[in-house]
Amino acid sequence: MLAANEIEKAIADALPGADVEVVDTRGTGDHFRARVVYEGFEGKTMVEQHQMVYAPVRSLLESGELHALALETYTPEQWEARKGVAK
Amino acid sequence: MTEELKKRIDEAIASHRVVIFMKGTPHFPMCGFSRSAVETLQAAGATEVAAFNVLQDPELREGIKVYSNWPTIPQVYIDGKFIGGSDILRELHERGELARLVRG
Repeated sequence: MLAANEIEKAIADALPGADVEVVDTRGTGDHFRARVVYEGFEGKTMVEQHQMVYAPVRSLLESGELHALALETYTPEQWEARKGVAK
Repeated sequence: MTEELKKRIDEAIASHRVVIFMKGTPHFPMCGFSRSAVETLQAAGATEVAAFNVLQDPELREGIKVYSNWPTIPQVYIDGKFIGGSDILRELHERGELARLVRG
């Protein structure tokens, strides 16, 4: 069973300066959702952005310990624009 | 990954416009993310989706992750190009871009 902050740390260590928020969506320690805001996403496709976030947790996904990690990735600019929109 | 498997995936992607590697089948998806991906493709107007059930093919299940450099299932290809998993599919659909890709 994983804790949200372990995953948060793994991603944040790999993407210096990123704002990472991870939520355990089922409370079962294997399904998580991550929102990552990172300057390094600038100019990358969505596929490349997700690959960058998956990379540090790849072994957890491969072992099955981490079953699912739903991702939302934003550049700081995209995140600022999104925050301005009432959802 | 073996050359043979790589060739098999190359062919699968080249011979169908819309391809999904998923857990289960479009009628009986065995995972919520695979279900969501199929539904999103259909909502975007995809009528013909070539589905490969990785649960029936352990070699493909591991091989496709290496092939795409993507650690999770489902995975979608359109016109030979890797599109992503269920999150990206949903995002593209919300932006109206998925229907355009599906139409070709």
